[in-house]
Amino acid sequence: MNAQPNTPMTRDFVLAVEGLTVSFDGFKAVDNLSFYVDENEIRVIIGPNGAGKTTVLDLICGRTKATDGSIRFKDRELTTMKEHEIVRAGVGRKFQNPSIYEDLTVFENLEISYPKGRSVFGALMFRRDSAVKERVRNIAETIFLADHLDQRAEYLSHGQKQWLEIGMLLIQDPELLMLDEPVAGMSVSERRKTAELLNTIIKDRSVIVIEHDMKFVEDIAHKVTVLHQGKVLSEGSMAKVQADPKVIEVYLGH
Amino acid sequence: MTSDRTFFLARKDMLGIVLLAILLAVILPLALDGFRLQMVGKYLTYAFVALGLVLCWGHAGILSLGQGIFFGLGGYCMAMYLKLEASSIENTKIQSTPGIPDFMDWNQLTELPFFWRPFHSLGFTLLAIIAVPSLFAAIIGFAMFKRRVSGVYFSIITQAIASILTILIIGQQGYTGGINGITDLRTLQGWDIRTDAAKTILYFVCVGLLLASILLAYFVKSSKLGRILVAMRDKEDRVRFSGYDVANFKVFVFCLAAAVSAVGGAMFTLQVGFMSPSFVGTVPSIEMVIYCAVGGRLSLLGAVYGTLLVNAAKTSLSETFPELWLFGLGGLFIAVVLVFPNGLAGLYETYVSPRLGRFFGGRGKAAPAGTRAPAIAE
Repeated sequence: MNAQPNTPMTRDFVLAVEGLTVSFDGFKAVDNLSFYVDENEIRVIIGPNGAGKTTVLDLICGRTKATDGSIRFKDRELTTMKEHEIVRAGVGRKFQNPSIYEDLTVFENLEISYPKGRSVFGALMFRRDSAVKERVRNIAETIFLADHLDQRAEYLSHGQKQWLEIGMLLIQDPELLMLDEPVAGMSVSERRKTAELLNTIIKDRSVIVIEHDMKFVEDIAHKVTVLHQGKVLSEGSMAKVQADPKVIEVYLGH
Repeated sequence: MTSDRTFFLARKDMLGIVLLAILLAVILPLALDGFRLQMVGKYLTYAFVALGLVLCWGHAGILSLGQGIFFGLGGYCMAMYLKLEASSIENTKIQSTPGIPDFMDWNQLTELPFFWRPFHSLGFTLLAIIAVPSLFAAIIGFAMFKRRVSGVYFSIITQAIASILTILIIGQQGYTGGINGITDLRTLQGWDIRTDAAKTILYFVCVGLLLASILLAYFVKSSKLGRILVAMRDKEDRVRFSGYDVANFKVFVFCLAAAVSAVGGAMFTLQVGFMSPSFVGTVPSIEMVIYCAVGGRLSLLGAVYGTLLVNAAKTSLSETFPELWLFGLGGLFIAVVLVFPNGLAGLYETYVSPRLGRFFGGRGKAAPAGTRAPAIAE
């Protein structure tokens, strides 16, 4: 037997979070958290408000610095890297509220997210060549915005803004995609279209989704992690989690 | 690329630049007498600063209240060279130490300080005019932006640095000429810069450099970097999480604004014939922000017109009612902020451009407040 049963690094996890802790003035928002995400896995994180879901994403993408623990992405330690380095390593993150550039057009929003010319000089010399235009157009079609390329992003509807931000991540082609409540505030039809969109974009990458909408979670999740007070309360398939009495008590029950 | 763009300029911008060039290089020299033209030349040196502020403040959202620092540094570099040329041994043989600038002699300095020596060389001076302010801006920029200091805190710190530099220049009289600045500048490589003919030539050099700076600014603005600046102003985190090191971009645009301002400072010294700490401190720095705001902080050409108009108003008002000018300037700033936040360029885009467009067959579509050239997906 393996001498260290607690370090399952023999398998190729895309993301390995181990002993992750962050405390804000003594309050542990995330407390000794460990979980592992497989290649091509869709992991949904659920949990009551204040469970630390968004904080976990903040920690992975470098927005918040961990107090303790490690986050390894394809065997690279993320906790010591800067935000832009983490992005360049292949981690994309969508924020809870649509975070897009309102003063720019849809085309320009996508173009800025295109992973080329990211240094100062590179950006100055960046040419909008046919490869860029082609890629932007492809992405725009995927996110249902092909007819809006020249429109200023501020005039898009809320749902379209959410799609645009998803498109801005897609164009970077990240290996790990993190989505924070991608269907929040969407109409029923937008929600259905988004589920369809997510199902097409999750191919060939790992995805972490935070979501409250249980119907939606059931549709997409391979595995569900339930967080409560910064700790893992339960983990496994949707059916297993839903049957867990602890989960029913703190979250699903009401 | 659509057909209405040549290289990096939209046709509308090209037309604007040509009109400005005709105004500055043909109409004003023909319409104004030598004295008035020299005044316009002086105002134009401030336009360099306003131009830098359009990129730095208007586009990137970094409000520097200390652009006088860079205007001054550029101006002082030029002044040091000219002063050394004016302080030749035969010109200064009545001093106790001949061959050093007069103010050093008055302050009992007996040899040229080490940092003055390279300014004997014109090549070094021209390089220093750009390099010294850019380096200083880079140091401030890295110290601030890497620590994510932004917004009003950054503005206050730049203002403090402008204050500190003024105090330093005034305090170190023997090295800097103190409150009087560096005066009595005469020749550039033997060419007398005080004659009317020289001043006219310098005016045209200034116009040429300003137009070159405008083209450079348009190039930056129309590049992807220009759009990243706008994106940063809007959603800094999103840019960061798209894989950009945001601080580097801020440092770049701050340095660019500093370098352009410094060229203006050097041209000021050449045309006006002196440089003093009164162009470094907080008051001139804020005045220059007002020029930019009046012209329209998003419009490169607007900044030039804003500078010219505010200064023309300043000159005529302070000639007639000297005590009223400062109230006028303050009132103007309040009016810009409250009534027309996008300045003259905004008024032009809202009221004049659509009408012109209709008049010329609807070609010039109104873009909201002159934010940017129309985008292209074709």
